[in-house]
Amino acid sequence: MSRLPVKKTYKLFIGGAFPRSESGRTYEAEGQNVARASRKDVRDAVRAARGALPKWAGMTAYNRGQILYRLAEMIEARTAEFAELCSGRPEVERSVDRIVWYAGWADKLAQVLGSSNPVAGPYFNFTVPEPTGVVAVIAPDEPPLLGLVSRVLPALTGGNVVVAVASETRPLAAIELAEALATSDVPGGAVNLLTGRRGELAPWLASHMDVNALDLTGADGDSPDLERAAADNVKRVVHGDPDAQSPWDIASFLELKTVWHPVGQ
Amino acid sequence: MTELERKQERAPVPSDWTYAPAPEARDIVTLREQYGHFVGGEWLEPKETYTTISPATEEPLAEVGQATPEEVAAAVDAARSAYENGWSEIAPSERAKYLFRIARILQERSREFAVLESLNGGKPIKESRDVDLPLSAAHFFYYAGWADKLEYAFPNQRPRPLGVAGQIIPWNFPLLMLAWKIAPALAAGNTVVLKPAETTPLSALLFCDVLRQAELPPGVVNIVTGDGRTGAEIVKSGGVDKVAFTGSTDVGKAIQRELAGSGKKLTLELGGKAANIIFDDAALDQAVEGIINGIYFNQGHVCCAGSRLLVQESIYEPVVDKLKRRLTTLRVGDPLDKNTDVGAINSKQQLEKIQQLVASGAEEGAEIYQPPCRLPEKGYWFAPTVFTNVAQSYRIAQEEIFGPVLSILTFRTPEEAVEKANNTPYGLSAGVWTEKGSRILWMAERLRAGVVWANTYNRFDPSSPFGGYKESGFGREGGRHGLEPYLRLT
Repeated sequence: MSRLPVKKTYKLFIGGAFPRSESGRTYEAEGQNVARASRKDVRDAVRAARGALPKWAGMTAYNRGQILYRLAEMIEARTAEFAELCSGRPEVERSVDRIVWYAGWADKLAQVLGSSNPVAGPYFNFTVPEPTGVVAVIAPDEPPLLGLVSRVLPALTGGNVVVAVASETRPLAAIELAEALATSDVPGGAVNLLTGRRGELAPWLASHMDVNALDLTGADGDSPDLERAAADNVKRVVHGDPDAQSPWDIASFLELKTVWHPVGQ
Repeated sequence: MTELERKQERAPVPSDWTYAPAPEARDIVTLREQYGHFVGGEWLEPKETYTTISPATEEPLAEVGQATPEEVAAAVDAARSAYENGWSEIAPSERAKYLFRIARILQERSREFAVLESLNGGKPIKESRDVDLPLSAAHFFYYAGWADKLEYAFPNQRPRPLGVAGQIIPWNFPLLMLAWKIAPALAAGNTVVLKPAETTPLSALLFCDVLRQAELPPGVVNIVTGDGRTGAEIVKSGGVDKVAFTGSTDVGKAIQRELAGSGKKLTLELGGKAANIIFDDAALDQAVEGIINGIYFNQGHVCCAGSRLLVQESIYEPVVDKLKRRLTTLRVGDPLDKNTDVGAINSKQQLEKIQQLVASGAEEGAEIYQPPCRLPEKGYWFAPTVFTNVAQSYRIAQEEIFGPVLSILTFRTPEEAVEKANNTPYGLSAGVWTEKGSRILWMAERLRAGVVWANTYNRFDPSSPFGGYKESGFGREGGRHGLEPYLRLT
């Protein structure tokens, strides 16, 4: 007698937990019923992200780097599962390598992006990069894993917290990623993953007054409306590349802070 | 006035001091009766004009153009053609030399510009002479040196110019904001269409003369004057590749909306409501000077002004006493007088906005203090003002007043200071006063602001990046970081 497999229920990832959508709705993708997040779920995710910001941003950069590296380890260990949910093994390996690459950036950013400034006066003056805060990511549909990783990691590496809307057509890789995140040391709430209809979710993220930056890489034709909504609180709007790997992508989610102090006896 | 007269009776200032005015010579400035738009290196006869005045006397100074959509289009075309026919091809080292020339000419003509700046804008001559002009020249000098070193500023990123930059600047530092905009744009290899503020166009128009002296190729910098309608035309123009705006948060948001989906690069330097935080171990007299400089510098017409004073509860009384005493020594009056500390409010409209917000402060329950001072009869004036008993929810603690008005709040712990300081949609600047070094760094880390001044305030330098967090805008001006908004990278 063959064993009956235990099937997975596909849920959202908010605040480190796996809730069903508050709306109780699902939609069909990749032959599965996947949670269809609502406006309320968006709000919960933003709140969870904001709550996690002090913890994630307050860690040492060295610590953040190690935690991201650990995330790569978690994904590597699940390569076979991930491979079935994206274009295959090479996409998983590239995603893992990309996370390792970003992990190594965490404690080098300030040296590459910051400066000490030779002002004309008796002052010590320096500029440091800091996270902008809550970053909303509209992930591209393809590639389902690498595209999400390529947009979430630059924001996360710089100390930001993220609310990401997964690929609408192929959301299962994002849910698998949530499971890897949940077993890593990334604090609950630092990354929140929503599945559902992009057209329903993106406008709420774009207009949310507690979101600081908006990555519209996966937004396609909806971009102008979303950008307009983003102006309500002067969000930083980013149009990235679904396959980018660059410190300048990290920089697009960073603020620069300049500090002055007199030099004297 | 009667209330001020009454207060004068208990003023701690000796009443028998007679004051001898020390006016700066105005005749160093020669104004024309009418100015057009500077397009393609020529003066374009304006189709419509308006009168620009001195806010200190309401005296008309000149007729200037109110640029129409056609005139803006002509300026954008001139900038495009200058970009395509030479400027983007010119050797970067030669581009640098033009900027060095501009810096040198500004230094040489600085007195003339300083007088004009005070005349048209109302700011004290000692500020335009000692702050606006030296910093404007320094800004050009600083960015001149970057023009042929961009690949070192952005290694592996193939820095290239964007094309035509549309730039819209405010009236609080007319020439300095022009320098902040034009210097990095040209250093990066762009051409420019710039609109000075409606109330302060004259220094930008005199700057066109500097451009000619420097023999900058025609069309590389074009100046059109006018009100918000002209600015909106620049923003909308299909020929503009990049928009840089300094001004109010409301207009900044409107520009961001307008540019949605256009793919144009945008930088915004918007409003602020900075907290200036005084701990009980601070050097009080220095801190009081910093508070005064923080809010009364340039009549408080400063986006990074320290308009909210957060005083640690244990030193509230001595700080407020010292501050009130210091206020009585501020000299309010003729911007061209070399002893003037606080000049004229820039415009009638701004004066009305200040009056309205100050009235709301009194209405909501704050206690107002103004030192005894006689304000000139003509022109736009507002006495330096301090509000005590201010709650965080009051409009005077939330909204940018952009005038010489300080709201005082208190705190007990560093955590509370941080929370109150950050409790605004803005995030441009902040000040911290304490003798404890570790606390300065702890505070600096937590204040959500683009510039943190510790044991100082309102310092600026071309090598020091300036710009906001949150609704104070995005992008930086100054330093290596200030080049990035004007470059296409990788």
